[in-house]
Amino acid sequence: MMSREFWRCSFLGRAVGELFFDRASGASGGTDAEDASPAAPGRFAVLRRNLMVVMLIVSLLPLGVIAAISHMESGRALREQGLLPLKGLVNKTKHSFELYLAERKSAVSFIASAYSFEDLADQRHLEHIFQIMSREFGGFVDLGLIDSQGLQVSYAGPYALKGRRYGEHEWFQEVMVMGVHVSDVFLGYRSFPHFVVAVKHDGGPGRTWVLRATINTTMFDDIIASMGLDPDSDAFIINRDGVLQTDSRFFGHILQAFPFSLPQPRGEAETVQASSPAHSDMIFVTAAISDTPFTLVLSKPEQVAMHAWDRLRSEMLAVLLVSVVLVVLGVRTLSSRLVRRIEDSDRRREAMLHNMEHANKLASIGRLAAGVAHEINNPLAIINEKAGLMEDLVSIMDAMPYKDRFLGLTRSIIQSVERCSNITHRLLGFARRMDVRLEKVDVNAVLSEVSGFLEREALYRNIELRMDLSGDLPYIESDHGQLQQVFLNILNNAFSSVQDGGHVAVVSRPEASGISVAIEDNGHGMTEEVRSRIFEPFFTTKGNAGTGLGLSITYGLVQKLGGRIDVKTQVGVGTTFTVLLPLQPSSGSVC
Amino acid sequence: MATFTALLIDDETDFATTLAERLGMRGVETLVAADGYEGIELAREHRPPVVVLDMMMPGLGGLDVLREIRRMLPGTEVILLTGHGLSDKGIEGMRQGAFDFLVKPVRIEELLEKMREAVGKHAPGADGGEA
Repeated sequence: MMSREFWRCSFLGRAVGELFFDRASGASGGTDAEDASPAAPGRFAVLRRNLMVVMLIVSLLPLGVIAAISHMESGRALREQGLLPLKGLVNKTKHSFELYLAERKSAVSFIASAYSFEDLADQRHLEHIFQIMSREFGGFVDLGLIDSQGLQVSYAGPYALKGRRYGEHEWFQEVMVMGVHVSDVFLGYRSFPHFVVAVKHDGGPGRTWVLRATINTTMFDDIIASMGLDPDSDAFIINRDGVLQTDSRFFGHILQAFPFSLPQPRGEAETVQASSPAHSDMIFVTAAISDTPFTLVLSKPEQVAMHAWDRLRSEMLAVLLVSVVLVVLGVRTLSSRLVRRIEDSDRRREAMLHNMEHANKLASIGRLAAGVAHEINNPLAIINEKAGLMEDLVSIMDAMPYKDRFLGLTRSIIQSVERCSNITHRLLGFARRMDVRLEKVDVNAVLSEVSGFLEREALYRNIELRMDLSGDLPYIESDHGQLQQVFLNILNNAFSSVQDGGHVAVVSRPEASGISVAIEDNGHGMTEEVRSRIFEPFFTTKGNAGTGLGLSITYGLVQKLGGRIDVKTQVGVGTTFTVLLPLQPSSGSVC
Repeated sequence: MATFTALLIDDETDFATTLAERLGMRGVETLVAADGYEGIELAREHRPPVVVLDMMMPGLGGLDVLREIRRMLPGTEVILLTGHGLSDKGIEGMRQGAFDFLVKPVRIEELLEKMREAVGKHAPGADGGEA
């Protein structure tokens, strides 16, 4: 309850208080009664948990966002950086292919331009040219001349193709329109892969022919081998329809369909995503080989390509984890410490409130008691005098029946009045609001005076009253009269608790911040229940013989003098009251 | 048997008359006043050697009456009756020159003893005469 008040004393406090406590009590369905009960530690556990959650969110959320952003950004940058060498390699290889193909096209084109139709139509001449061409430019398989109608006029090569008609073939129509044609790779009669380069020679009307050369793809394989790929990587060529034009390590043999489609490349090397989930961990770099149906494809497992990125990512993850651990530990320590402080101050406040409550209780009971005592005192005085007069009158009568009886009765009345007046005087003493008069007090002297009051009783009851007073006891600033009352009350209590022949000891000692006076007895001691109530007004174990005010007054006085009383007791062994008094009362305690 | 005059000032007349009667039986002629004004009047008139004065009275309070009597009759001693032994008024009364104070209800022997002491203080040949 106190902690709620504490949090609610400011706007911020109120907000925080509602955040932490209302939710806490809402969660447990707590009522004020429950709050005041010993369920309090649970309340602080909830506060601590909520505090931790909020602090963790506040600190980890930005950390997480920053980590995510830098993960993305550096991932992108490093990916680019990791792909650069791959793209460079693909571009280089693409140019090798283009150079190789351009050479072949130029060779065919040169022959078509350098020789006349008649020269080329001459079988022997063509074979001669083919021989030279094969020698100078590797890879040629055959060479043939086709007239503008698509008829194979002459042919130099291993097959008997002379006289074949190509007029209806798609490639022939394309070369007639486009002037040049590079075909897909296909398997010839001898089942080795090759492709066709055809060039149209336009020598005016009636003088148009096509020179067609077949080239094997051995050089393709050589160029790819020259890329020097590691065993995880693969490079191959596919055509526009996605058919493999060279063997692939992982995706099938020549003329098999590439298992999934890749986006059509534009020219320079670019990275593409495979459409197949089975290969989502592969990186594909593609480049179109210009003026051909071919596309060069390089594939590499992502983790190999992204090795640097992986390393950086691991490092970043480690840093993030360490940061999170540090933040969690820090938040834990901080919130624990904070909650412990709140708990401490809460406890102090509760103790203070308890003391104030006790003091208020004493004060109001005191006022009530004083009023009652005062009102009763006057009638008591009248009864006392009337009974006294009766006693006087009876005692001067010489012959009166029941004279002794009357004298006994009046004596009894007067004794009862005396008992009543003792009670009213103690009540008035309880309520007395005299100002504390501070002076230098020799507590040993006070103790000696007080013990003097009880010496006769000690002698009479054979009680050993031992005074063990320290010679080094400093003078303290206190109220002589009130200290007398304090020690007299405690000593009276000790005397009434010991049997005849018992021991009572008074021990004074200097302490770090003042002095202590211990009054020990070997009386009957108290149970814990009694011990916890002895300072309550009207609580007594003496039955009718006590008012229950002595120790309550004592408690109030010691508090007023800035001190405190400790009680140690054991049933059947005895009790020790220790009064601790400061060298001087703090300004707040004297009221 | 003491033979002197005393003045008892107390607003509780039942208490005062009974006490006066008992004192009378012990040889002290006791005048009774029911309030401060009457008390001062009687004191002036009879000049008793000792006055027994209740501190708690309506109207003119005990302390005022004490001051007036001390001023008017320096040879008269005043014994105070208080509700409580350590009340502020009792202590203040002692400071103002009261002979002593007794706590109500009083034991008649104790009161008589104090009154004798007070009267003896001014008796011829007694120690510590009026300063």
